[in-house]
Amino acid sequence: MTWEWGVIWQYLPRLMDGAWLTMELVLVSGLIGITMAIPLSLMRASSLPWVKVFPFIYIYFFRGTPLLVQIFLVYYGASQFDAVRDSILWPILKQPYWCAIIAFSLNTAAYSAELFRSAIQAIPVGEIEAAEAMGMSKSVQVQRIILPRAFGIALPAYGNEVILMLKGSALASTITLLDLTGMARTIIARTYTPLEMFLAAGMVYLAISAVIIGLFRFMEYRFNRYQYYHHTDTPKNLDPLLRDPHIDQK
Amino acid sequence: MSHSQATDKMMVELRNLNKWYGEFHVLKNINLEVKQGEKIVICGPSGSGKSTMIRCINHLEEHQKGDIIVNDIPLNEDIKNIEAIRKEVGMVFQHFNLFPHLTVLENCVLAPIWVKKMPRKEAEAQAMELLERVKIPDQALKYPGQLSGGQQQRVAIARSLCMNPDVMLFDEPTSALDPEMIKEVLDVMIELATEGMTMLCVTHEMGFAKTVADRVIFMDGGQIVEENEPHEFFNNPQHERTQLFLSQILQH
Repeated sequence: MTWEWGVIWQYLPRLMDGAWLTMELVLVSGLIGITMAIPLSLMRASSLPWVKVFPFIYIYFFRGTPLLVQIFLVYYGASQFDAVRDSILWPILKQPYWCAIIAFSLNTAAYSAELFRSAIQAIPVGEIEAAEAMGMSKSVQVQRIILPRAFGIALPAYGNEVILMLKGSALASTITLLDLTGMARTIIARTYTPLEMFLAAGMVYLAISAVIIGLFRFMEYRFNRYQYYHHTDTPKNLDPLLRDPHIDQK
Repeated sequence: MSHSQATDKMMVELRNLNKWYGEFHVLKNINLEVKQGEKIVICGPSGSGKSTMIRCINHLEEHQKGDIIVNDIPLNEDIKNIEAIRKEVGMVFQHFNLFPHLTVLENCVLAPIWVKKMPRKEAEAQAMELLERVKIPDQALKYPGQLSGGQQQRVAIARSLCMNPDVMLFDEPTSALDPEMIKEVLDVMIELATEGMTMLCVTHEMGFAKTVADRVIFMDGGQIVEENEPHEFFNNPQHERTQLFLSQILQH
């Protein structure tokens, strides 16, 4: 066999176009997913059976079926209904891009909700009791204690979920989207250089993963910084963002 | 013997308090009256219901029968009453229960800002004042995890005082501390007592009980077995169970 470096260089710009779409899919559906996941996880962590039943069924469905099936259900399934085709949402639902966004968002929302649920339940009961004992209402507790604490606890696992999403996004290529995988397959169909192209695509995925890993490292350090300080650190060494000028004057 | 600062105003009243965990009867017909400025020390063997009793006062535990009245507010299902009582009742826990993701100062200003709607500047000034009172103003910008147990517990006391409570509940505040840190926490508590705070302390620090308590209560099996002023309680316990308990904890 011959190894065609030239093909990789020639088509690299096209491959990068695909990479941008991949990143866009992950970013947009990730943001929608996390927005959905927060209320779902709070409902899931509730002690009231009628509150947690809906998120339970939702999470059960989206974790229990393949992502590919979910994509097909949205892309091929939705158009089967006249009501959908006649609705104002049809201009959106007929585009594969939005179908992929919808399927990815619903899918990652389910996984993230389960992650956040376990993080919420991992917060020591004593901290919640302390908040209650000070008369904080449930909504203040959620905003000031429960969500920030749960976010810090869930962050490493959530980074994992985003990387899984990145790789899952390759399935967008099955509904005609030219994401990184879709683009690689299109180029291969034209040039018949599967080894070179898939290797190149794989390398780009690795590079994107590296960025995501770095990003989450950074966020972990920011959000969980209290875990990184040693008891000998003086306030002077602490993060300048934490310092309050009002106090510094004292 | 400390001079009692108790006034005639009733601060905490438990009438015929009963609580069950499923089948298990944890609190049996508890009757207790605490006047403003009174200091009560509650002791007893583990599982006797002493923590459960004080946790009922701010509704961290739900009671099934009887009445709880705090500063004339009846504790019932009404969430408004529960929140009103919690604003007036401070609590210090065995394991401090500080919020680890917030600095010491943030721990202290959170409730005043979000519950009492106090302006941040004012809340911070008050928090610094109270941190000075518990002798750790220099730790204000650290995280709880950077402090020793004794320091954390003093922060927890300051955090509680930031809500200007009328009553303070202490649930074994020194039980999780190294021996040499117990003193610094007790010193703060004694100071608080001399300033006239109404206090209910579950503790086995008998020295503390002798110095500040107006009354010592001994609980066993979910009941108040004996109740007396400290001198009588320690020198002349009436019940056999109290005598046994005191001989166990004072023999070393």
